[in-house]
Amino acid sequence: MIATQTASSVPDPLSVPANAPEHCPGTESQLAGKAEACDGCANQETCASNTPKGPDPALPLITARMSTVKRKILVLSGKGGVGKSTFTAQLAWAFAADDQTQTGIMDVDICGPSIPTILGIASEQVHASSSGWSPIYVQDNLGVMSVGFMLPSSRDAVMWRGPKKNGLISQFLKDVDWGDLDYLLVDTPPGTSDEHLSVVQYLKESGIDGAVLITTPQEVALQDVRREIDFCRKVGIKILGLVENMSGFVCPNCKGESQIFKPTTGGAKKLAEDTGIELLGAVPLDPRIGKSADYGVSFLDEYPDSPATTAYLDIIDRIKDILGD
Amino acid sequence: MANDQETTAVSRRLNSIKHIIIVLSGKGGVGKSSVSAQLALNLYAASPTARVGILDVDLTGPSIPRMLGVDGHAVHQSSDGWVPVYADGAQGRLGCMSVGFLVKNKGDSVVWRGPKKNGMIRQFLSDVRWGDLDYLVIDTPPGTSDEHLSLLEHMSPVYPKLSAVIVTTPQAVALMDVMKCLSFTRATNLPVLGLIENMSGYVCPCCGEVSNVFSTGGGKDMAEREGLPFLGSLPVDTELVTLLDAASGGGEDSTGGSGAFELLVRYEKTPSAKLFREIVSTLTRNLAPDQSIDSK
Repeated sequence: MIATQTASSVPDPLSVPANAPEHCPGTESQLAGKAEACDGCANQETCASNTPKGPDPALPLITARMSTVKRKILVLSGKGGVGKSTFTAQLAWAFAADDQTQTGIMDVDICGPSIPTILGIASEQVHASSSGWSPIYVQDNLGVMSVGFMLPSSRDAVMWRGPKKNGLISQFLKDVDWGDLDYLLVDTPPGTSDEHLSVVQYLKESGIDGAVLITTPQEVALQDVRREIDFCRKVGIKILGLVENMSGFVCPNCKGESQIFKPTTGGAKKLAEDTGIELLGAVPLDPRIGKSADYGVSFLDEYPDSPATTAYLDIIDRIKDILGD
Repeated sequence: MANDQETTAVSRRLNSIKHIIIVLSGKGGVGKSSVSAQLALNLYAASPTARVGILDVDLTGPSIPRMLGVDGHAVHQSSDGWVPVYADGAQGRLGCMSVGFLVKNKGDSVVWRGPKKNGMIRQFLSDVRWGDLDYLVIDTPPGTSDEHLSLLEHMSPVYPKLSAVIVTTPQAVALMDVMKCLSFTRATNLPVLGLIENMSGYVCPCCGEVSNVFSTGGGKDMAEREGLPFLGSLPVDTELVTLLDAASGGGEDSTGGSGAFELLVRYEKTPSAKLFREIVSTLTRNLAPDQSIDSK
């Protein structure tokens, strides 16, 4: 008996150009520009020369653009959903609370940009000027750039493979008119892949001041963070410290504290001891943090009396201390 | 042309699998891996002969080995390809494959760009000796990028077997990413079996008060709005978190072989197990029409 197969094709919508011939191997294929089908295609030359050679021509431009940025800080975590974007936003708001401090956020989570929502600027669009793309300003001294500002609708998926993501990250660094910044915070997607490597490579010459690693207390998250630490050491990024997020929960009804994500293996404290990395602090889980993020308001301003606010502010002070500011 | 051969290698391997369920979510940390693990455990427990596989394509942050209590195991090579690690020991009905089995040291990072990830996924699909499976559950990383595109590309010859389950948490920030993920399934014509809302409420152990730690109801609303079947909501279950977290390090299981079976016994005692059983029965009902086509 022969099983019938309807081989529905799954086109990679972004890898085959609209004007490509029928058997186009896709621009990301090894055969791009070299396959038989490519003869006579208008894109043949571009595809054939696609293989990267020598240093990226964007590098000097990035270095020039970044020369007016004093501190570049990465917010990393191997695991998703531990609060990277929320932390980045709080950190930026805290820096920008001082009128004299110019702060920027670059959101390189291309497939799942959360920064625009968390900062309450989700419906903005990027504008181009003669000096480059203008960041979106949350307030006078807090500029943001994210792929979220470039999509026609927030429903649209960004189905991009690595090279396209790298291209956009390079544009974020060289084409965005960041101006003079005291701090540029880079919010990253989970994992240790294209986005991370690209940011590190593009900023190698300008220098990264350090990375803040975010984790939650349970082992499943910690093991991803261990991988991220290994990544930082491999590529030579200084780790400013570790933040344990969602650390304990205070019931709004009975004020009893419980652990939602139990630190079965000692949590971030143990990890910090084992790896010799400083534990910057632990932020308790407060449902109002998530709510503030959904509404795009600053948690620190809205709930100054929450224990989580105190924890955030202590961590931020410690980061400033470490940086020597 | 070389590409054609690869596809047949993948399709030959996957032809002995009845259903392939891809667990997706645009957002990270919403519980894809824990849902995948629970889905596999429930499908496994649903029948004494069910054979289930679980493939973890989260290459830079594999969590499945830890959750199924097989952290630290190594993959063996046989003449017929890689042998999956069996979480239920000698019974050999719950196979598991992850990049976590391939790295030497568990703290080692896998720093790979797209093309390398693509190659690894192709190998996972073409070189793993799954044998006859009723279900293959695929756990994915967050986003809609290389891993997802590669998966669908390589599995295009067995496309009719594919379906997806989307996991979300209730807050708006997560739902936005999940919406993108849904757009992805539409762009790629991947049938969606339904939406699961995870981390929906937390029961305070001291007073029993339910707190909506990450808001509530967002997933259900979205499912209605988008015309998706809503499979159910799962509250934050600390027992489950602890169980999946300490699966391998737990003090109780001394023998490596029976330890994982014990995982199932212990899992079935958690409050989530009961809720999840219902989710799985809805889900398999949604799958049923495909099966009848398949068996013809």
